[in-house]
Amino acid sequence: MENPYLPYPVRIEEIITETEDKNLKTFKFVFQNPEDEEKFAYKAGQFGELSVTGKGEIPIGIASSPTEKGFVKFTVNKVGLVSSFLHTMKTGDIMGIRGPLGNWYPWETMEGKNVLIIGGGFAFTTLRSSIIYMLDPANRSKFKDIHVVYGARSPGMLLYKDELAEWEKRDDIHMHITVDATDDPSWKYNTGFVPTITEQKAPPSDGETYAIICGPPIMIKFTQPVLDNLGYDHDHIIMSLENRMKCGIGMCGRCNIGMEFVCKDGPVFTLAQLNATPKEY
Amino acid sequence: MVGYIDKIKEISERLLKEGTVEMVIGFQKGTLPMMNTPCFAKTPEDVGNFVWDSHCGINLANYLTDRKEKIGVIAKGCDSRSIVTHITENKIKREQIFVIGAPCKGMMDRHKIASLFETEIRSVAENDGKLIVTAGDGEKTLEKADLLQKNCAVCAHRNPVIHDELAADPVEDQKDVDRYADVREIETMPPAEKWDYFDDLFSACIRCYACRNACPLCYCPTCFVDESQPQWVGKSTDPIDTKTFHFLRAYHCAGRCTDCGSCERACPMGINMRMLTKKLEKDCIDAFGWEPGLDLNQRPPLDTYKMDDPEDFIK
Amino acid sequence: MKVIKIDKKDWADSLGKLSGPYRLFGPVRDKDFHNFKELGNDEQPDFNFQNTRVSAKSMVLPQSETLFTYSLDEKEPDHHQMREPEKNYSPRAVLGIRPCDAKAFLLVKRNFDTPEYKDPYWVRAYEASTFVGLACDDPCSTCFCTSAGCGPFHEEGLDLLLVDAGDHFLAKVLTQKGKNLVQAAGWGVETNADVELMKRTAESRIASAISTEQLKGKAATDLYHAPFWEEAAFACINCGTCTYSCPTCWCFDIQDENHGNAGVRMRNWDSCMYPLFTLHGSGHNPRETKIHRVRQRFMHKLKYYLDKYDAGIQCVGCGRCIRLCPVNIDIRNICELMNSHDPGACTCQVA
Repeated sequence: MENPYLPYPVRIEEIITETEDKNLKTFKFVFQNPEDEEKFAYKAGQFGELSVTGKGEIPIGIASSPTEKGFVKFTVNKVGLVSSFLHTMKTGDIMGIRGPLGNWYPWETMEGKNVLIIGGGFAFTTLRSSIIYMLDPANRSKFKDIHVVYGARSPGMLLYKDELAEWEKRDDIHMHITVDATDDPSWKYNTGFVPTITEQKAPPSDGETYAIICGPPIMIKFTQPVLDNLGYDHDHIIMSLENRMKCGIGMCGRCNIGMEFVCKDGPVFTLAQLNATPKEY
Repeated sequence: MVGYIDKIKEISERLLKEGTVEMVIGFQKGTLPMMNTPCFAKTPEDVGNFVWDSHCGINLANYLTDRKEKIGVIAKGCDSRSIVTHITENKIKREQIFVIGAPCKGMMDRHKIASLFETEIRSVAENDGKLIVTAGDGEKTLEKADLLQKNCAVCAHRNPVIHDELAADPVEDQKDVDRYADVREIETMPPAEKWDYFDDLFSACIRCYACRNACPLCYCPTCFVDESQPQWVGKSTDPIDTKTFHFLRAYHCAGRCTDCGSCERACPMGINMRMLTKKLEKDCIDAFGWEPGLDLNQRPPLDTYKMDDPEDFIK
Repeated sequence: MKVIKIDKKDWADSLGKLSGPYRLFGPVRDKDFHNFKELGNDEQPDFNFQNTRVSAKSMVLPQSETLFTYSLDEKEPDHHQMREPEKNYSPRAVLGIRPCDAKAFLLVKRNFDTPEYKDPYWVRAYEASTFVGLACDDPCSTCFCTSAGCGPFHEEGLDLLLVDAGDHFLAKVLTQKGKNLVQAAGWGVETNADVELMKRTAESRIASAISTEQLKGKAATDLYHAPFWEEAAFACINCGTCTYSCPTCWCFDIQDENHGNAGVRMRNWDSCMYPLFTLHGSGHNPRETKIHRVRQRFMHKLKYYLDKYDAGIQCVGCGRCIRLCPVNIDIRNICELMNSHDPGACTCQVA
C-alpha cells in the first residue's frame, strides 16, 4: 500500500529572494531520487506539501510549470512556524515534498478559448506556472488571446520580475502589470488597484473567455463585480482557494467548504461552485 | 432555591422590557437530568425558558466576556467572584453588566449522584433540601447537603459579592468549613507518593480541554498549549505533556481561581483537577492573605508589587 | 447464519486460546467507567457496562500515532528523511465492541479508504481487526441508534455478534474473519437458538429517536444560514469532548516532535471545536466564532457527509456526545432543528 503521507526527499538547489521586504522566497528543489520526479507529474494549479523535517508541513502552490523539467519551484511567504524555518534554510539542505495534490485549472476546457489571468500580491505562484505552461511552444496554439492583470503593493513587491519583463516584450501575451502606488520615476507600467486595472484593460468576455483569479480576499471581492460587468459567467470564473491544511488528501477534516475539501476536491473551483457552498475560506 | 425562579423571571423580564439590558444570561432545562444548560433571553417572552434549581453549576461569567451587548446575568457567589475578577482584569466593564444575584446553597454533584445508582438516572426532582431521584432500579430520596459538588461543600462565599438586584435574601454562609483538608493530605505526602498521586489523577485525561474552556479565567486569546512559536508543550497524549498542561493551567489561575468547580464538573473523564487550583488558592491565602474576587478595588497579589514585600521565599 | 453457543464457564479458556493468534482488546473498567485497551496476559474483558466512556475508535485510530520517525543528525545517511516505522499489524480481536461503534468504522472507512488515497495506518489496523460485537440489551436513555442507521443488535461492521443469554453467549458468525476466530477459540457447539426475539426486545427499549428524512432535500447553504445556530451554539464552550468521545469523528492533526536530533512525525486527534483547527498562517480564521464551529460539527455529521457519500448521516446514535457534553448540547435537538428547517419561513440569518 502506498503511503500518501511519505514525502519525496528533495534538495534545495537554489533560493531566490523575490520581494523587497524579503518575506517571499522562491525555492528550487531537485528530487534526490530521479524516479520521484516522474511520480510528481503535475499540472498547473496543483499544490504540494513542503515537508520541513522537524517542523512540519505546509501546503504551497507549485510555481514551476509542468513544461520545466529537472526541478520544481515553490514561492513561500514567511508567516508561520514551518515557513519561517524554511526561510532560514540553505541550498543543499534536505527536506521533502508530497504531491502533486489537489485539482488544477481546467486546461482541457480552456483549450480554444481566451484566457484572462488576474493575480494579486504573492498569490501569483500557480499563475506563473500557468503562464509558462501556456506560453510553451507546444501549448501556445491551444489557447486564443491571453491577458494577464497582475498587481502588487509596490514595484519591489512583484514576484518573478525578470519574467514579467520578458513577457511584456512578447506579442502573444498581453501584460497589464500594476502597483497600488509608487514614487519610482522609472516605473513604466500601470498604477492602480487590480480591480480598476481589470476594468480598464481586461477584455470583455466573448461568452467563452475564462478568467482565473487568485489574490487576497479584498482584491477578489472588488474584482468580481468588474468581471460581472465584463460579461463573465460565474462558471467561467476560476478561483483557487487556500485553507489551513494538514494531510492534503481529504482526510484530516479541516479545510472543507461545505462538503468539498479544498485540498482534494479543490483548490480550484468555479465561482458558480463557490456560490453554492458556505464561504468558509 | 427552587423558589428563586419567579423572582429571576420577574427581574429579567423587567430589565428587557425597560431596555436596561439587551440580553439576560441564565439557564434553561437541559435534556438530561441534573443538566441545566446556559441560555440567553433577548426578549421578555424568552424569559419563560429560564429555570433555577440545584443543577445550575456552570459558571455563567464564562459567557459574558467579548460581547458587545449590555448584559444581565444570574450570578451565584462563585459566578459573582469570577465577574469581579474579570472586572479587575479589565476583561469587562462593571457598567456593561447587570448582576442578578442568586444566593446559593450549593449545586449538586451529578457524578456522585449517578454513582449511587446501578442504572441510569431517569429524573431528579427537588424539594425542601431533598432530592427525589428516579433511576431504572427505583426511586430514592436523598439529602441535598450530602450530595453537594465538592467545591460547594467547602464554599465560604455563597452570596454574590456584587449584585444590582438579588433574586432572594442572602443565605447564611457555612461556618467552620475546612477548605483544605484534602490539600494538606497531599502536602504531607513524600515526593514519590505525590508523583504517583498526580500520575493517577491525570491518567484518564483525553486533552479535550473541557476544564480549560469551562473556566471563566481561561480566556487567553491563544492558550499556551496552542502556541506554535515557541511550542511550549507537546500535543500528543504523552503523560508528561498532559500533566504540563494541567499544572501550567493551574498556575495561570493562581490568585484568580474562585473554586467555582466548573473545570471538574465539565470533565468527561471525572478528573478532579481542582486539587491543583485549590493548592494554589491555599498558597495565596498563606502567602498574601488573598482570596480572589471579593473586592473590586483591590489588585490581585500577582499583579502588584510592594516595596516592603518581605520576599523571604528567596533563599 | 450460523449461531454458536459459548458456555460462560469456558470463556476464559477460549480467550487463552485466542491470545496466541490474536492480540486481544476489550473493555476494561478504569475507576468509574469502561474504556477499550489491550488486554494483558490472562486479563479478561469486563462486559458489565452499558457502553464505554469514549468510543472504540482508538482501536484503529489511536489518539496519538507515529506516522514516521526521522533524524536531524547530518552524520546519518538518511538524515531529514522520513522513515516508516515498524508497526504491529498482526491479527487483533476487539472483544465486546458495541454494534454502534463497529458500524461507525464503516462510516469512517469512507474517509480513510478512498479510490484516490488510502490511509495505510488506518486501513492496515482496520483490516487486521476482527470485531467481536456485544449486543446491547440495556441501552442508555440517550441511545438513538435505531433511527441513525444502526441498532442494538446491528451486524454491519461486525465479524461476530455475541448475545448475552445468561449462563452462555450466543454467537452469530457474520464473516470469514468471524469464522476464523470461532475456529481459533475452539467454539463449535451450534444451536438452533434464535436471537431475533431478543433483538426485537432490545430495539423496543431504544426510547429515543431522530428524524433525518428531510435533510437530504435541503440546500446546504439554507441550513448553513438558518437562524437557529446562534441559540444552538450559545452554551458551547468549544471543548473537544463531543468529538473525542465520538466513534465517527476522525479529524486529526499532524505534528513533528523532536527529542534532540531524533524526532517523530505523529498524528493526534483534532477537533473542529478548536479555533486553531482552521486558523490560517495569516491570522485569518474562516471559522472564527463558536457559531461557525458548532455549525461545522453538526453540518458535517448531518448534511455534508450525507451529501458527499449518499449513505446516511455520519452518526450511529451512540449518544456519547449527549451524555458527556459539559453543557448538554444535544445532537437530537439540533438534528430536529435542521430536519424541520424551512428557509422560506424566516428572513433573518446569522453570519
